[in-house]
Amino acid sequence: MNRYLWIVLVLVGLAAPFVFYPVFVMQLLCFALFACAFNLLLGYTGLLSFGHAAFFGGAAYVTGFLVKHAGFTPGLGVLAGTAVAALMGYLFGSLAIRRQGIYFAMITLALAQVVYFVALKAPFTGGEDGLQDVPRGMLFGVIDLGHTYHVAGRPLELNLYYFVFAVFCLGFWLIYRAIHSPFGQVLKAIRENEPRTVSLGYRVDRFKLLAFVLSAALAGLAGSTKSLVFQLASLTDVNWHTSGEVVLMTLLGGLGTVLGPVVGAVTVVTLQSELSAIGSWVTAVIGATFVICVLAFRRGMVGELGKYLKRSL
Amino acid sequence: MHLSPQMVLAQLMLGLNNGVFYALLSLGLAVIFGLLNIINFAHGALYMLGAFVALLGYTTLGPLLGMPDFHLNYWAALIVAPLVVGLFGILIEKTMLKRLYKVDHLYGLLLTFGLALILEGVFSNYFNVSGTSYNGKPAILSGVVNLGFMFFPTYRLWSIGLSLVVCFGTWYVIERTKLGAYLRAGTENPSLVQAFGVNVPLMVTLTYGYGVALAAFAGVVAAPIYSVSPIMGAETIITVFAVVVIGGMGSIMGSIVTGLSLGMVEGLTKVIYPPAANTVIFFMMILVLLVKPEGLFGKDQ
Repeated sequence: MNRYLWIVLVLVGLAAPFVFYPVFVMQLLCFALFACAFNLLLGYTGLLSFGHAAFFGGAAYVTGFLVKHAGFTPGLGVLAGTAVAALMGYLFGSLAIRRQGIYFAMITLALAQVVYFVALKAPFTGGEDGLQDVPRGMLFGVIDLGHTYHVAGRPLELNLYYFVFAVFCLGFWLIYRAIHSPFGQVLKAIRENEPRTVSLGYRVDRFKLLAFVLSAALAGLAGSTKSLVFQLASLTDVNWHTSGEVVLMTLLGGLGTVLGPVVGAVTVVTLQSELSAIGSWVTAVIGATFVICVLAFRRGMVGELGKYLKRSL
Repeated sequence: MHLSPQMVLAQLMLGLNNGVFYALLSLGLAVIFGLLNIINFAHGALYMLGAFVALLGYTTLGPLLGMPDFHLNYWAALIVAPLVVGLFGILIEKTMLKRLYKVDHLYGLLLTFGLALILEGVFSNYFNVSGTSYNGKPAILSGVVNLGFMFFPTYRLWSIGLSLVVCFGTWYVIERTKLGAYLRAGTENPSLVQAFGVNVPLMVTLTYGYGVALAAFAGVVAAPIYSVSPIMGAETIITVFAVVVIGGMGSIMGSIVTGLSLGMVEGLTKVIYPPAANTVIFFMMILVLLVKPEGLFGKDQ
C-alpha cells in the first residue's frame, strides 16, 4: 500500500492526544489492536473464534494482578500478560482445531466461558469488582507512565499515550508482516481451500495452531495494555459480549483487510461511547449493526472501499 | 466427605430437571442445523422470549387489552408462546436467514448472534436482569410429591415428564413418520428431494419455526422454576453449545440423551465438588474433544 498513507497515519497517531481525549484514543488503539489480532484468525485463516475475550480479558487480569500485587513494572506486566495469553491460545487452539467451522466457534465460546467463571470465582480476581486501581508505574524503571503533562491548559498523559501507541504500532507491524509473509500466504490458502492446501503438502493443523497462538498473544497484548490505560481488569473484559464485539469490529471494518479492523474498532467504540446514555439499548444497537452488516455489506467498510478503488487495502 | 444416597438421588433429580432443558434446546439446535446448516445463536434469546410471552401473558396482557382480570394461564401459554415465537422464527427465516444460504455458514451464526443481542438488549431495558418470578403456576402443580427417597416439587416432576414427552415425540416424528423421512432426506440431499416434488424451501421455513418453537416451549416450562430474566437465555445457550459439541448434532436421539445425562452430571458435581458445577460440562467437552473429537454421536467428520 501507499507509503505516504502510512506516514500520514503515523502522524495522525502521534498528534491525536493533542486533539482528542487521550484516554479515548488509547481505548481505540487497544481495541483496534485486539480487532487486528482477531482479523488474523478470521479474516486471513477463516477461523471464527467466539472466545477471544478470554485472551484479551485473561491477559488484562494477569497484568493487573502482577502490577498491582506482585510489584511488576508495567513493561514486564504486559509481557507476562501476553505470554499467558499465548499459552492459553496454545491450549484452546489445540482443542478447537480438532473441529471445523461452526463447531470451532462453539468450542472457543465454551472454553472462554470457563475463563469467565475463573475470573468470577477465583480468589485473586476481585470477583464482581474486578481488579481496580492498577498502578501504571515506571516503564523500564525510568519513565513514569502516570505522569500528566499540561499542554495549553489540558492535562495530557503523554508518556502512557506514546507507550500505548508504540505497543499498537508494534502489534500492527507484526500482523502486517505475518500477513505478507509466506506463512500468511499459507493461511490464506487454508481460508480459501483447506483440503487443497492439505494435498499440497502443508501441515494445515500446525499453521492453524500457530495463527491461533499469534492471534491470542496479540489479543492478550491489547488486553494487558488496556488494563494499564483504565487501571482496571473486569468481568466485562472476559465476557462473551466482548468476544462478539471484536467479531463485529472486524466484520464491520472488513474481513481480511489490513486497515478494516482499525476502522471497525474506531466505529464500534465511538458508537458505544456516544450511545452510553441510552443504557442497554446499546446492546440492541450493536445487535442491529451486526444484522445489517451480515445482510447488506459483508465486505465491511474498508472492503467495499477497496472494491470501489479496485485494490486491496 | 459424607455422601448420603438421598442427597445424590436428590441432586440427580434436580440435574435431570436441568437436563430436560438442555435436551429440548440442543434438540432444537440439531433439527435446525440438520436442514439449514446454521447454528442458531438466537436459540437462547428465543427461549427467553418464550418465558417472557408466558410472563407477560399472565401479568400485562389483560390490563393492555382493558381487561385487568384476564390472565393468559399456564396451560394456554404452553401452546401460545411456542406459536408466537415459532411465527417470529418463520419471519426471521423468511426475511433474513433465507438470504444467507448461499454464503459461508458462519454468516448464519453471526446474524443470529446479532438477533440475540437485539432481543437481550430490548428486554434488558424493560426488565430487571436479576429476574422476575412467574406466578401463573397452576394450583394442581404446586406442592410436593413423595418419591420414596425424597420429597420432590410437583411442578418439577411435571416439567421433566412433559419435556420428555415432547423430546421423544419429536424423535418419533423425525425418525418414524413419513414427514420425518422427507426431513431426513432433505438433510442428506435437498436438491434431490426438491426434484421429487417436495417443497424444500417451505420445509426449511417450517423446520426453523419448529426448532425455535421448541426453545419457546422450554422457556414456558422453565418460567415457574427459574426466574424470568433477559439474560436467562445467554447463560443457558453457551452451556447448550458445549452439550452440542459433546453429543454431535448428527443424531436426534443423541442430542436428547446427551442433554439429559449432562444435566445429571452437573447435578452430581453439585454434591461431589460444588465449585465445579458451573464448569463441569465445559470440562466434559474438553475431555470428549481429546478422546473422540467428532462427538459422542457425531458422524459429520
